[in-house]
Amino acid sequence: MRDLKEILLGNEAIARGAYEAGVKVVSSYPGTPSTEITQAIASYDRVYCEWASNEKVGLEVAIGASLAGARAMSCMKHVGMNVAADPLFTVSYTGVSGGLVVVVADDPGMHSSQNEQDSRNYARAAKMPMLEPSDSQECLEFTKKAFEISEKYDTPVMIRLSTRISHSRTLVSTNEPLDQKLIPYEKNMQKNVMMPAMAVKRHIVVEERQRRIAADVSNDSLEGLISIEQGSNELGIITSGIAWQYVKEALPEASVLKLGMIWPLPIEKIKKFAAGVKRLVVIEELDPVIETELRAAGINCEGKDLFTLQGEYTPSMIREALSDNKNPASAFDKSALPLAPGRPPVMCAGCPHKGLFMALSRLKAVVTGDIGCYTLGALNPTNAMDVCVCMGASIGMAHGIDKATDSEMTEKTVAVIGDSTFLHTGINGLINSVYNGSRSTVIILDNSITGMTGHQQNPATGRNIRLDPAPAVDLEALCRSVGVKSVYTVDPADTDASRKVIAQAMKEQHVTVVIARRPCALIPTGRGTPDMVVSLDRDKCTRCGACLRIMCPALTKGEDGYPQIDPVTCNGCDLCVRVCPFDALISGQATREEEAKS
Amino acid sequence: MTKSFNIVLAGVGGQGTLLAGKLFGLIAAKMGLDVKVSEVHGMAQRGGSVITYVRIGERVYSPVIEPGAADFILAFEELEGMRWAHLLRRGGTLLINMRRTMPMPVAMGQAEYPDNIIESILALSEGGTSVYALDAQKLAEEAGSVKAVNFVMTGAMSHFIDIDKALFYEAINDLFSGKKAALAEMNQRAFDLGSAIIEAK
Ligand SMILES: Cc1ncc(C[n+]2csc(CCOP(=O)(O)OP(=O)(O)O)c2C)c(N)n1
Repeated sequence: MRDLKEILLGNEAIARGAYEAGVKVVSSYPGTPSTEITQAIASYDRVYCEWASNEKVGLEVAIGASLAGARAMSCMKHVGMNVAADPLFTVSYTGVSGGLVVVVADDPGMHSSQNEQDSRNYARAAKMPMLEPSDSQECLEFTKKAFEISEKYDTPVMIRLSTRISHSRTLVSTNEPLDQKLIPYEKNMQKNVMMPAMAVKRHIVVEERQRRIAADVSNDSLEGLISIEQGSNELGIITSGIAWQYVKEALPEASVLKLGMIWPLPIEKIKKFAAGVKRLVVIEELDPVIETELRAAGINCEGKDLFTLQGEYTPSMIREALSDNKNPASAFDKSALPLAPGRPPVMCAGCPHKGLFMALSRLKAVVTGDIGCYTLGALNPTNAMDVCVCMGASIGMAHGIDKATDSEMTEKTVAVIGDSTFLHTGINGLINSVYNGSRSTVIILDNSITGMTGHQQNPATGRNIRLDPAPAVDLEALCRSVGVKSVYTVDPADTDASRKVIAQAMKEQHVTVVIARRPCALIPTGRGTPDMVVSLDRDKCTRCGACLRIMCPALTKGEDGYPQIDPVTCNGCDLCVRVCPFDALISGQATREEEAKS
Repeated sequence: MTKSFNIVLAGVGGQGTLLAGKLFGLIAAKMGLDVKVSEVHGMAQRGGSVITYVRIGERVYSPVIEPGAADFILAFEELEGMRWAHLLRRGGTLLINMRRTMPMPVAMGQAEYPDNIIESILALSEGGTSVYALDAQKLAEEAGSVKAVNFVMTGAMSHFIDIDKALFYEAINDLFSGKKAALAEMNQRAFDLGSAIIEAK
């Protein structure tokens, strides 16, 4: 029998590990699959934590905290690392005072991401150690270890997660937190002011540090970051993280070297392991990071010749490539069952974005998109998006279209961007557009929350991460202050009025901003009440189907052809009421108002 | 032999598969067994197809359940039951809530929601594989909330799984400990209704 343990998400275990390590400051920007780390940190009262406006800022806050002598952490999703890359590469040179840990969560299989980049390449490029846990217990332990390594070797340390590690719950034993004291501040310009003369010297330190860390893992003076299970000498596997779990499942007989630190690599130790097996295979999801290093070190191995560069791995895939063991037999042959239509995500009932995208769809606008719940506007039924690249990009792209076409496309083009995304990196684009005489139109979809990642506060919501009141950015005033002459505010639930304002804004000869403001239907200020639920007047309904085409999850076609309203899901946004040509749908609020009048 | 269970919870974003997954995690910890629960967060939660894997055993490696390796599938919606049916092992148990939620392509008229899902599955099941269809939503409403479908389904499966019912009750209590005692009671009621409907069959 085990002792009773907690069952934690990998992300929660990272938070627990940081807490136990005595972390003082955590500053992050949300992003699936990393968000729950910082959310869980907020439950530890003694840790200062915050939602930063973007990942670069978050990392910079952590760098400052480390410089001041505290243990500090910043967490992000893989693409967030691109935003934070600038400070990342140079803090590798300055090193740390208090331990500095950067957590980055990759998303193989792209469950919730716009690309499938492999963050391990960052550890290599920025020349800093990277640990990769394979379950929640290791998430906790490696986080504590990361802080120790950071201080011992004077380096920031990265922890790499992947969706299956971040979002799997496994058993964890926890400990009491350390009482970590601030390391007294000392001014040290040679180490911390990265101008050419100083940086030249620090680069030498960085290269030496990498060699020392690799050697210390190889000679076991840095413990707990590599484990070797000696099995058959016919097949040796080198792996790490979630792939290790799949290997253990699929190849119980093989010899396995599991890397807890995937950068820098303990090449000497790996060479010894390689010498003891007849066939050596590297099993790693995404890029051949380990494989490439082994090959460069002259170690003969296989890897991506057997396994894909895309998506998540499975035990079945590994069995098929390397063993005679059979995959389990299914009770049902998938091909014998009827074809299951896909079920893509949809905008929620009452989602304020829906009305706005219906307006854009009617306008047949060219829409430069951005990242958030509103990216779903690209799907049916509105199909109102032409491009979506990365956070903040919509505004620059609209300006680029304006310049490329000598404003010919401009009257038809709008950028759409969420409130959190606007403050993340959109504002930079807006300043540029104004400065460079753009004629583009920007719609800020202000639903008063960072929706897509699970409802985090942001600088425009008036609350901080712990939901305490905080100053709220005034979006209208901000836009005006950077020189936008026309700033309009609309209610996106009123599709017709919104459409007219947008059409007008698109015609103007300078940068215009339309703020479409209505709170997300899933947060308290946006939630409907039972008396707002829409009802149907069957005498007026002609079963034309107009209301069903808005694709509201609360509206379905009943067996008799009449729309059915699910009272639990209906949020009372009245979008269906507005599209009904026969006034057959009745707004809940209207009834109440009528009752009050009579 | 120690007990080991692979349980798939399949549904539509918002149906409470995450909470049911947490429940099994608590139960496994109480049994002194290893456990992994793999969840779906983010984009797919917005009304998409979601699946939670629960693996319980002496030592569990992969958090994901391979095709043919599930002992139980609890499908909270018919189409989702069919979508993931191939995960079931021969001789496993599939429980389906008889409810249909139209996916967008169907509502848009671009795809068809298959007729007779349960009949098709039943027709293909053989060799000790069990398939049960129940109206879990009706029972959940009876218990006090449509949101309790997950506990009705869990109650139904408790009839087949070699886990002491007392552990389910304890775990439900733990999930709603503190202020939420009324919720614990309601969900236990949902659990009992689910369990009773199978007994009656
Ligand atoms: C650089 C980067 N960081 C984080 C994310 C994760 N992410 C996707 S959408 C989003 C925020 C969306 O919030 P908002 O713009 O307010 O739109 P909403 O979802 O509320 O409609 C975030 C943080 C990302 N895709 N890229």
